[in-house]
Amino acid sequence: MVYEVAIDGKSYRLELERAGGRWQCRLDGREIQIDAVLARRDVLSVLIDGKCYEIKRERTATDMHLWVGSARYAAELRDPRSLRSRKDGAGNEHGPKKLVAPMPGKVVRILVHEKAEVEAGQGIVVVEAMKMQNEIKSPKKGVVKKIVAAEGANVNAGDVLAIVE
Amino acid sequence: MFKKILIANRGEIAVRVIHACRELGITSVAVYSDVDRAALHVRKADEAYHIGPAPAAESYLKVEKILGVAKRSGADAIHPGYGFLSENAKFAQACVDAGVKFIGPTTAAMEMMGSKTRARQEMEKAGVPFVPGTSRGLESPEQAEQVAAKVGYPIMLKAAAGGGGKGIRLVHTRQELGSALEAAQSEAQRAFGDGEVYIEKAIVNPRHIEMQVLADEHGNTVYLGERECSIQRRHQKVLEEAPSAIVDPHMRRRMGEVAVRVAKAAGYTNAGTVEFLVDEEKKFYFLEMNTRLQVEHPVTELITGLDLVHLQIRIAAGEKLPFSQEEVRIRGHAVECRIYAEDPDNDYFPSPGKITLLLAPSGPGIRRDSGIYEGWTVPIEYDPLLAKLIGYGTDRPQAISRLVRALNEYFVGGVKTNISLFRRILSDADFQAGRIDTGYLDRLLKSKPAELNREDAGIAAIAAGFFAMLDPASAATPEGAVSANGGSGVGNRSAASGWKGAARVEALR
Repeated sequence: MVYEVAIDGKSYRLELERAGGRWQCRLDGREIQIDAVLARRDVLSVLIDGKCYEIKRERTATDMHLWVGSARYAAELRDPRSLRSRKDGAGNEHGPKKLVAPMPGKVVRILVHEKAEVEAGQGIVVVEAMKMQNEIKSPKKGVVKKIVAAEGANVNAGDVLAIVE
Repeated sequence: MFKKILIANRGEIAVRVIHACRELGITSVAVYSDVDRAALHVRKADEAYHIGPAPAAESYLKVEKILGVAKRSGADAIHPGYGFLSENAKFAQACVDAGVKFIGPTTAAMEMMGSKTRARQEMEKAGVPFVPGTSRGLESPEQAEQVAAKVGYPIMLKAAAGGGGKGIRLVHTRQELGSALEAAQSEAQRAFGDGEVYIEKAIVNPRHIEMQVLADEHGNTVYLGERECSIQRRHQKVLEEAPSAIVDPHMRRRMGEVAVRVAKAAGYTNAGTVEFLVDEEKKFYFLEMNTRLQVEHPVTELITGLDLVHLQIRIAAGEKLPFSQEEVRIRGHAVECRIYAEDPDNDYFPSPGKITLLLAPSGPGIRRDSGIYEGWTVPIEYDPLLAKLIGYGTDRPQAISRLVRALNEYFVGGVKTNISLFRRILSDADFQAGRIDTGYLDRLLKSKPAELNREDAGIAAIAAGFFAMLDPASAATPEGAVSANGGSGVGNRSAASGWKGAARVEALR
């Protein structure tokens, strides 16, 4: 199998074959002596030159992370046949900015009105989750274009609460 | 001795009390809300009863419902755990009225200590040193301004009914006072149903050291040594240890004797904790008394060799303390980490969700009090405490190194946790030298973290491929996956999808 793997955005070409009871592994063309055993679901034990690694896999609906020791890596496995370019996630300071709920919770207070001028870092909405009230702050200096959240409403992580322009 | 104990709580503390009941041959009764049907405490108990919807105000805080379950199940005692109804004197009285023993102090002692303002008035009478401020609740923003100006900024606003860091604000200037007062009152009202707030002079960066006391119903009161609880965030304890690095036997005896005096002034029975602020000259001030079992009780258990929950139950059953003050011995050192579901990369916001992978440490000197299991979904409605990991050793360095070892083995996948924060604290030179105060953690978090070793990216790339080949069935979250506690009847459905998943794995072999 040939995989194109992205770790923290950096691409690697990985070739893995099982032959004669051993693994043949090439990373970016470099041959690596390796043995790997799936210890249990999401836990892999890897031996390279006598050195032990335990790798844990963490998955959510949208992405995958791999832990090597106490370091966490964003991992993406790409099908090399499709040349899907990376999503451009970079934002900029201009134009409207969305305020999203960082966690599921309940909107307990709205601190500003629509059309109000706000400073960067000013509290816009208070969301209560797990008994803590958290102020969701404006990402930029500007004008509150729209308040989407309603007091008392339950929100999910990622829900838009307000838009600042 | 009791035959059956109802545990009016959830999470790791409910499991802790259930364990003690089982060890003492007592039947345990759990209660649960809609979202907790699949929670660990329900799985572990001998009996369990539904008490209402997810919001605590409609379930775990509902006195009538809990007493109804006590009656129905024939429980002869109730253990309240910590939080929820544990410091609610009305609940303790309702237990008395219903003929069920409340495992904790008397209603009168709780009322005195439950109101922080009343406790201050009483301690003033008993000659206990305490922090300057008001001994009564604030009546208006104007009055707050006057008092604050008198004791001098910075000041602390505190909920009279408070606890657990709720309803507390540090105020540096007069300009901040109005909104801070409003926020503290609103938070106190929501958390405790009581918006009374008072002012205390803020002792900047004190240590927070507390003394465990235990009193039977025959007039015997002892102290079991201190816990150092200075490592806090948003007034919430994060890491605790016993003994404190700065308390020597002489200071321990002085603090212990004041704590016993406080307990006796309140006519206190059962387990309680007297909290002190300690300034740079090691002068200590009475802060408040917590009339419940503390989250951090395991560190005291490890260094004294006592089981506080067993003792709570035996005291409530009318037994005498089985030892005297002179027989209390402190041996070794213990450190506890509170593992919370919160995101270190997003200002430690709560991070509920499904636990997809759980690898738990064990081994010499490691204790884990946990309320979670793999496959369970951490609900959004409650405190994000998942578990407590405690390291014990002959001395402080050994306790720390054991804990670091165990933290490296601990893995909770699917939700974000603060495990990385503990690695950082435990390896910090100031922490290791015992140079800590309540401002320590905020300062540590402002400093730049040590660069993480990222040289294993290639290993991660190889592992990604191996996972794809060896473990493809779990490569994607199964469609329509249901949480184990998503609502009524879901237990069956999720079991079914589990079987389906297993069948899929088999088919791919």
